[in-house]
Amino acid sequence: MSFATKSPWVIHYDASSCNGCDIEVLAALCPGFDLERFGIVNTGNPKHADIFLVTGSVNERNQHVVKQIYDQMVEPKVVVACGICACSGGIFHDCYNILGGVDKVIPVDVYVPGCAVRPEALIDGVVQALDILDQRAKALEAKRKGA
Amino acid sequence: MSLIQTLLGTVLFAVLAPVVGCLLAGADRIVSARMQGRVGPPLLQPYYDVRKLLGKEDVSVSGVDGLYMTCALVFTAFSGGFFFSGGNLLMSAFLITMAALFFIIAAYSSRSPFAEIGAGRESLQVMAYEPMVILMAVAFYLATGTFQVAGVFDLRHPIVCTTWLAFIGFLFILTIKLRKSPFDLSSSHHAHQELVKGVTTEMSGRTLAKVEVMHWCETVLFLGWTGMFFVWGGPATLIVGVVFALLAWFLEILIDNNFARVKWQAMLKSAWIVALVCGGVNIAVLMLL
Repeated sequence: MSFATKSPWVIHYDASSCNGCDIEVLAALCPGFDLERFGIVNTGNPKHADIFLVTGSVNERNQHVVKQIYDQMVEPKVVVACGICACSGGIFHDCYNILGGVDKVIPVDVYVPGCAVRPEALIDGVVQALDILDQRAKALEAKRKGA
Repeated sequence: MSLIQTLLGTVLFAVLAPVVGCLLAGADRIVSARMQGRVGPPLLQPYYDVRKLLGKEDVSVSGVDGLYMTCALVFTAFSGGFFFSGGNLLMSAFLITMAALFFIIAAYSSRSPFAEIGAGRESLQVMAYEPMVILMAVAFYLATGTFQVAGVFDLRHPIVCTTWLAFIGFLFILTIKLRKSPFDLSSSHHAHQELVKGVTTEMSGRTLAKVEVMHWCETVLFLGWTGMFFVWGGPATLIVGVVFALLAWFLEILIDNNFARVKWQAMLKSAWIVALVCGGVNIAVLMLL
């Protein structure tokens, strides 16, 4: 395991929807679950974050924001779509301004369904994301050594 | 104090201070977590964080912030070298201020409005604590008759006996220097109570790793300054200094966890009033004695 998986810092963004999943994301970060045990820190800065937690479906107005945050994040990075709206658009999928799931705008690595997504499911999703983060960190390291 | 001794001290500080500082930072996070009813991260978590940051892609905005942070690290190392080799306390204080200035320039160099606000607030913090640091050094001179830190070993009682008022003032600004709440104006440790990430907004990867290492070294140096007040006679009394430094460190964590951030006006006013009352009165008394 690389050091990337030992200190995953997250950033969360609520694209659109009822905000329920965003509250669950914060619940998972609260003292009850104490994710800092695993080195997970909630950071408000995309440049410091390794894991991007997006909740809610993406709409016409905020697709640029989602893309902006993703682009500002520094490699290696992973994206977790939290909740059914972020996975596929959910109950809002046929609204006039909704593009659909987050994967319509940025590449998504892990899909965590649920309405609202449960903190336990979210933690499982982040653990899966860590494996992908580990692979990316190793690939980047190999590329750096080769270069 | 010979040049060789200072250089040797600098090298030793550059090697040992990050190790001690890293363990202190890890213990800080565990103690903070326990105060909040949590388990907290492993002791070596700050080390993992820095190792991860070193592995990240390099995406500096200005291209020079990494160099400025390297300068800040070098000045921190020399400041610690001067202090722990028993050298000039005033020199140590000025060198660590140089390190703080390079940190501020690194933030300004990105031209990001968020980083600039953070850098502006960091400058305010320097303005707030610097008078007290100078007065502390003057009080040290008046109590020992020299600016050489090694002078404390020739005393018959620790300098805190005559400079306890200045020590209280120093404890006050120690909170600002360690960037603890209520004076963590330039960059809070917690998301959502900061304009993005304050002074470190545009720093990532290796540059941010340097900031972390600088904070570790700073913590060790400032706790060294704290311990200096309690050392006298011979090197055996260093243990007393270490004990009191650790007590001060615990007090800082307690304050950090119990206070909300203040506005910069309150920080500047209170820090200067404390410097004037504690530092000024103490120095006046020492000069009359």
